[in-house]
Amino acid sequence: MVESLDQIFVTLNHLLTGFAPEALRPAVSAIISIAGIIGVFASLFAVTTVFERKGLGRIQNRYGPNRVGPFGFFQPAADGIKALIKEDLVPRAADKVVHFLAPLMVVIPAFLVYTVLPIGRNMVLADYDAGVLFFFAIGAATELSVFMAGWSSHNKYSLLGAMRAIAQMISYEIPLILSSVTVIMIVGSLSTSKIVEAQAGYHSFGLPNWFVFTPWGLVGFLLFMIAATAETNRSPFDLPEGESEIIAGYYIEYSGFKFALFFLGEYMGMFAISGLGITLFLGGWHAPLALLEFVPSYMWFFAKLLVIVFIFIWIRGTLPRLRMDQLMNFAWKFMLPMALINIVSAAVWHFMLPGWQRWVVGAAVAAVSYVLLGLGLMEGKKLEKRRYRFAE
Amino acid sequence: MNIFFAIIAAVTIAAAVAAMSLRNLVHCALALAVAFAGLAAAYLELGAQFVGFTQILVYVGAVAILVVFAILLTRGSETSPHSVLSAGWLSGILVAVAVLAVLVYAIAKSFVLQNAVPAQPTVTVKQIGEALMTKFVLPLEVVGLLLTAALIGAVIIALKEEGKK
Amino acid sequence: MNQIATQLNPLAGYLILSAFIFAIGLAGALTRRSAIIVLIGIELMLNAANLNFIAFWRFSEHPEALTGIMFAIFSIGVAAAEAAVGLALIIAIYRHYKSANMDDVNSLKG
Repeated sequence: MVESLDQIFVTLNHLLTGFAPEALRPAVSAIISIAGIIGVFASLFAVTTVFERKGLGRIQNRYGPNRVGPFGFFQPAADGIKALIKEDLVPRAADKVVHFLAPLMVVIPAFLVYTVLPIGRNMVLADYDAGVLFFFAIGAATELSVFMAGWSSHNKYSLLGAMRAIAQMISYEIPLILSSVTVIMIVGSLSTSKIVEAQAGYHSFGLPNWFVFTPWGLVGFLLFMIAATAETNRSPFDLPEGESEIIAGYYIEYSGFKFALFFLGEYMGMFAISGLGITLFLGGWHAPLALLEFVPSYMWFFAKLLVIVFIFIWIRGTLPRLRMDQLMNFAWKFMLPMALINIVSAAVWHFMLPGWQRWVVGAAVAAVSYVLLGLGLMEGKKLEKRRYRFAE
Repeated sequence: MNIFFAIIAAVTIAAAVAAMSLRNLVHCALALAVAFAGLAAAYLELGAQFVGFTQILVYVGAVAILVVFAILLTRGSETSPHSVLSAGWLSGILVAVAVLAVLVYAIAKSFVLQNAVPAQPTVTVKQIGEALMTKFVLPLEVVGLLLTAALIGAVIIALKEEGKK
Repeated sequence: MNQIATQLNPLAGYLILSAFIFAIGLAGALTRRSAIIVLIGIELMLNAANLNFIAFWRFSEHPEALTGIMFAIFSIGVAAAEAAVGLALIIAIYRHYKSANMDDVNSLKG
């Protein structure tokens, strides 16, 4: 019973594919899975927009949207209708073809990366041998579309926003990939389903075998999540699209449905990279406790995804925006050395015998490097207690 | 010679021609990115998954952006009053056509084409990694050194000189 | 023509595609004025050679030697380094000559 509930979508897929002729079976099966993924994640996007606005509102001591539907939960429908019926303005001097293609080129890679995420047991769309590499390659293709959006609007501010966004994305791509290299090194494979399988089982004291519960895994997970926040241009790294600074950065000149597509692409990217973080560090679709294994595997994946999305919203409402030079300093002078030291720490962990010694070594390496690199970042800055001056 | 190869070949050749003949440099760079993507699809069709994904990551994700940044830093997006073609373009076209003719002749007359088509080889990333670390470790280290030297050199060349002029 | 078409195996298709891309890159590198287009043409030529290597690897008798794949991987790395240095040079030349056209860089002429 538990087994069948866990595999219900897989059996449904097989059932529906059975109706198709023999030659078309792989294609039909893929199309059904794709439709499922798009449907689920697009509705998750709609729900997240409401949660974000209400969550931010509550953090800022106000109600979020609360007019449309009970407690404002039909707001996405209103937003969708508004986006669809707004007039589509294209600046006269804009490059029409590139201006039209840019939103598509942001959304298509954002959806394409879901093929390698294992959403449940046996529920990967395409189990590539180099799955994680596929994810990062398609993520890198998003940068070019950001440039297309910024340049085609023929607007200095949107070009400036696009340049900053590309510089930020390129800088944070390296800590992102290096922190996932530790997991790949320990597991020995780039395939996402194998990485999830390697995190099965539980320690003797009940803690699951996830990589986040090791010193290098915790550091790697934090680095991965910070780099993920920067890759998807979320606050506090949202200078390229800062609402109070450069209005909307590289998508100033977009209105209506194209703006909604950019929005969709950004949130899809956020879900996808959180999904990869869950796969690499948080054990994918595994349950956290042995006695909770009756809950289906996809429920655990989405529960972890919702927790991470909540943390994203929380951080957005709490931390102020980073300035461009602070952002770049942080990436190159703190995160990159930390990620490299983390790789060494993971290798040392792998070769030491299991026991309390390797925990101490791992924690010591992480703490010492954090303190030294932090001191290096604060070099030359005179940080002191804020002095208030009033007009007397 | 199936339908996928025909589509990939058509897209790649169209993008390459567009990259070489468009007037606006940024359009050329974007067409180049499409050509890279088409070639990555060709690698996937041939079964070299790792090379295909690396092609997208390195070429589309980095080299295309480098080209675009260089175009913007050298004001290439403004249309220049000069003609697009350099002096001596006719001999250039003739040389390219001659090279194409020689290559196609060599391919058509080659004995390699008469061989039987072997089965699709399966190569895992693990095999590539092991080969890189045992048989090809020297080229790997040399490429690492080369990339470091090249990027440091590129930064120094492109650096603005302080108060020289 | 039909006889040739039925005799061509897929390897010929990939080799001819690679030859076309190489010729297009060469034509662009030799005929255009802007130095950046020349660099784009050079990148296309390198890519065409990579395609050649992978095609020969796929249709070879000993694909487990991985020679074609290794060469292509190193070629991608070297091409990225060369693109970076080439573009830095173009930027430095632009700063000096105020133009990215190759015909204008003629101080040593005559």
